[in-house]
Amino acid sequence: MPKLTIDGKEIEVANGLTVLQACELAGAEIPRFCYHERLSVAGNCRMCLVEMERAPKPIASCAMPVGEGMVIKTDTDLVKKARKGVMEFLLINHPLDCPICDQGGECDLQDQAMAFGLDHGRYKENKRAVKEKYMGPLIKTIMTRCIQCTRCVRFSTEVAGIEEVGLLHRGEKVEITTLEKAVNSELSGNLVDVCPVGALTSKPYAFNARPWELKKVNSIDVMDAVGSNIRIDVRGREVLRVLPRIHEDVNEEWITDKTRYITDGLKRQRLDRPYVRVDGKLRAASWDEAFAMIKDKLAGLKGSEISAVAGDLCDAESMLALKDLMANLGSENIDCRQDGAKLDASSRADYLFNSSIAGIEEADAVLLVGSNPRWEAALINTRLRKRFLTGALKVGVIGEAVDLTYDYDYLGAGPDTLKDVAEGKNAFAKVLEGAKKPMIILGMGALARKDGAAVFALAKKISKKFDLVHEGWNGFNVLHTAASRVAALDLGFVPGKKGLDVEATLAAAEKGKIKAVYLLGADELDVAKLKDTFVVYQGHHGDKGASVADVILPGAAYTEKNGTYVNTEGRVQLGRLAAFPPGEAREDWTIIRALSEQLGEALPYDNLGQLRQRLIEVNPVFAAVDQIGQSDWNDTASDKEEIGSDPFVLAIENFYMTDPISRSSETMSACTEQFVLGKEQGATGTNG
Amino acid sequence: MQMLEDKDRIFTNLYGQHDWGIKGAQKRGIWDNTKGLVALGREEIVNRMKDSGLRGRGGAGFPAGIKWSFMPKEDPSRPSYLVVNADESEPGSCKDREIMRNDPHRLIEGCLIAGFAMGAHTAYIYIRGEYYLESTRLEAAVEEARAAGLLGKDACGSGWAFDVHVHRGAGAYICGEETALLESLEGKKGQPRLKPPFPAACGLYGCPTTVTNVETVAVSPTILRRGADWWKQFGRENNTGTKIFSISGHVNRPCNVEEAMSIPLRELIEKHAGGVRGGWDNLLAVIPGGSSVPMLPKHVCDTMTMDFDALREAGSGLGTAAVIVMDKSTDVIEAICRLSHFYQHESCGQCTPCREGTGWMFRLMQRMVRGEADVDEIDMLWDVTKQVEGHTICALGDAAAWPIQGLIRNFRPEMEKRIEAYKQARRAAE
Repeated sequence: MPKLTIDGKEIEVANGLTVLQACELAGAEIPRFCYHERLSVAGNCRMCLVEMERAPKPIASCAMPVGEGMVIKTDTDLVKKARKGVMEFLLINHPLDCPICDQGGECDLQDQAMAFGLDHGRYKENKRAVKEKYMGPLIKTIMTRCIQCTRCVRFSTEVAGIEEVGLLHRGEKVEITTLEKAVNSELSGNLVDVCPVGALTSKPYAFNARPWELKKVNSIDVMDAVGSNIRIDVRGREVLRVLPRIHEDVNEEWITDKTRYITDGLKRQRLDRPYVRVDGKLRAASWDEAFAMIKDKLAGLKGSEISAVAGDLCDAESMLALKDLMANLGSENIDCRQDGAKLDASSRADYLFNSSIAGIEEADAVLLVGSNPRWEAALINTRLRKRFLTGALKVGVIGEAVDLTYDYDYLGAGPDTLKDVAEGKNAFAKVLEGAKKPMIILGMGALARKDGAAVFALAKKISKKFDLVHEGWNGFNVLHTAASRVAALDLGFVPGKKGLDVEATLAAAEKGKIKAVYLLGADELDVAKLKDTFVVYQGHHGDKGASVADVILPGAAYTEKNGTYVNTEGRVQLGRLAAFPPGEAREDWTIIRALSEQLGEALPYDNLGQLRQRLIEVNPVFAAVDQIGQSDWNDTASDKEEIGSDPFVLAIENFYMTDPISRSSETMSACTEQFVLGKEQGATGTNG
Repeated sequence: MQMLEDKDRIFTNLYGQHDWGIKGAQKRGIWDNTKGLVALGREEIVNRMKDSGLRGRGGAGFPAGIKWSFMPKEDPSRPSYLVVNADESEPGSCKDREIMRNDPHRLIEGCLIAGFAMGAHTAYIYIRGEYYLESTRLEAAVEEARAAGLLGKDACGSGWAFDVHVHRGAGAYICGEETALLESLEGKKGQPRLKPPFPAACGLYGCPTTVTNVETVAVSPTILRRGADWWKQFGRENNTGTKIFSISGHVNRPCNVEEAMSIPLRELIEKHAGGVRGGWDNLLAVIPGGSSVPMLPKHVCDTMTMDFDALREAGSGLGTAAVIVMDKSTDVIEAICRLSHFYQHESCGQCTPCREGTGWMFRLMQRMVRGEADVDEIDMLWDVTKQVEGHTICALGDAAAWPIQGLIRNFRPEMEKRIEAYKQARRAAE
């Protein structure tokens, strides 16, 4: 623990810190542009110069490791002059276009120019202009504003794992470029965040708003099961953008492009009032009419003739309300596993990402089964890459061979390979055996199939054989793709003893044995089979579920309600209302509560507080927000199931379109065209 | 002071009258009992180098023995590397070229000695891409040495495995900066690294590395053979030995010459370069150590001693000892402007002060050449050079700032006159 003196103040800091970090700890603010906590040190902006005793020149504090007895001064004339000088150099070729720059108001250069800059310009020569670059549908470039800090280059090569962004030429002529290619990474939006100036800005958000006009609400993302912490920026009722919030154990400070650029999807295809189907056609209706129709159709039905399915974006509150209502109606036919994943809700450790996301940074071997984490949970993939880059992680993949941004051993395509590993016949078994903290990641591609239960049992056998779970470590991980899934399993939103699961419900509906189905935001099932069934669809987008509905109850999207979500590692997190739902749409649990009253089965909670009490009653894990909660491990695995030999098929075909919101987003369809369908739209000059 | 006698010259084939190949080299005493030098042992070699007081010939003048001693003693986990900086790109400097063209074996023998003293089994010679002839000669010489068993698994029968590889650069000045050179050698973009860590701790491929100039390496075997005392009789204390000076510009016979350190500048020019064109009194200024050091006006040159310390005291530097002589016909502002253009063109663009500052300085200098400026702007130009100097990652920023500082310090009246003339011309035109 070296001791330093910073501005006359003695401070003891941890080994390995930089002088800049030590100064921050000592309360001395150091301006910077190129330095970023999560990227390698470049030391090229020279803004963070400080004076060090016995050094002949000012030093770049971001690049200097702390040493015992260092004497640092951050407020001397020399330092002030150095900062002023650097600031002036940065500004001589920076355009004076702040009034039309989207970074205005949240620009590092603008802020620091106010604090450290000169009050007038001395540069009389012509300013440099840099040609615009094409970086794809998400990133807008105004490269004349670039200050060549290379944060974007470092982010893409280090964190995102793509080597498409680079610095060309030298001297004054240096330019950041992708050579007119779109930045093909599911994390590309973070380039906008790391850029300290207005060179890289958000294309869909261009010229939309100024930061001081926006109301900022901290919330949770539902585009995947990672539960990224986000900040939703709204103006009036309109969600204008989504930004990441720092959560070291979940998303660090990144979010995926789907999380960030989904916002236009919240404005399109919305269900803003109730509808009822009369004579085969949907027509607008009042809430009373809609409820009356449901009451009418349910009258006389037995509980076993009614089913409910919870979708992938639902909050825990509405799912619990629906579960309680179904219980009151005498139905056990409830299910949250639209994809048919063979997950058992009885033991919590059986469906969690037990090692936790941050735990990846301790793992030394990982076996990926039927999963493409790059698309299913991009931020988990980022952690895996981060760990891989330390050189301590060996990765084996069973399933489809995809580009994960790090090297792995490809073991095979299907359950046969998994069996080989279990029996120690595969070379990767040796790796698992030798590892201290090995883990297995089971994707939905391995579980959402006929023999999913057998694959699951085999995975448990592997975890027992290779000691994946031991004191202080649980390397048995299920990687979910649906944000609502873990909460639903925690609440037991699965069929009762005689209840039907999704597949059985659909089959029974086709035969007419199920007469009414309640879809709570459920769009990812084969709705064609529900043609002749009475369908109530409660949700926010006119998607597949709504297309077959007889009654549509307009609900709230995740940005429009206060809701509880549990991510794939079992972390309970609260999403908050940022904008009110459109038109007559309401928060989802209140709709179910109101309907229950109409059906004469009034639910016993009148406000969110009471409902949350009920949540905790059902499962105490909901009591501790931002905690992972208890989950006891058992290593029993059934042998009953027969395992097939079909190769694992990945759960997500198109990263950019996985749910009703992203399917409604124009930005996401542009990304789909560009990156998934591979229609490169760059103006290369030779593209015809 | 007496002229350096031929018997004390190290580079006996500096002018290429003799055979550069291995036979000629051996005739000149190269590869003579190199095994015996290696047998001195690492410690003894480093001590003798320290004792000789040899200072690095690449420009900074860091004591060579001390630099060599920074290399780790034993590190079984990582190899050590010797990297010879032959990317001689400083305008005015052409001494390493002559060594490699006419006496390549002297360098290769030096590599073995220096490499052994650092615990390195491999040396890379990073040679400037434009030195095509020199690189082919070096490569041929390396082949000869390998064939003769002077390099290889048992170099010179010393029991030390040693090999030399020649790598050609692509013509960027910045790749002469030691860490940019390492980046370039690794196949990356030639941009200087941050220091610390220094190359001795983390250099080529993350391994302990010493980057050192061609001349420094080439003189080391002779120093060991003839002894530190012989070496120390030349030059003043702390500035010992002999040195190759490259004399160019307005002299009657531009040349490279090996001379004793601390030789008076006037004597150097008059004895070896045939004097200043038009006589000593026609001298305007001298840039004494390559383009990056500030110039000296004539009255300073009159009594100047050519060594590290004396030149530093005079506000300049010995640099690579490339003496650029300018007589009174020189437009000194334009001369410095040309250097500014060079630095603007060669800045790597990595760090802000150099990337932006070199361009600004060059454009200001262009206006100064025409006189299209205000007198105040001379102060501003001074200020800009001060904002670049000492604030950059590598020394290129300093190198770009110093010539202009030298100009302003010594020729400010000239600049003001130019501005006044321009104004008058404008007024007359109106």
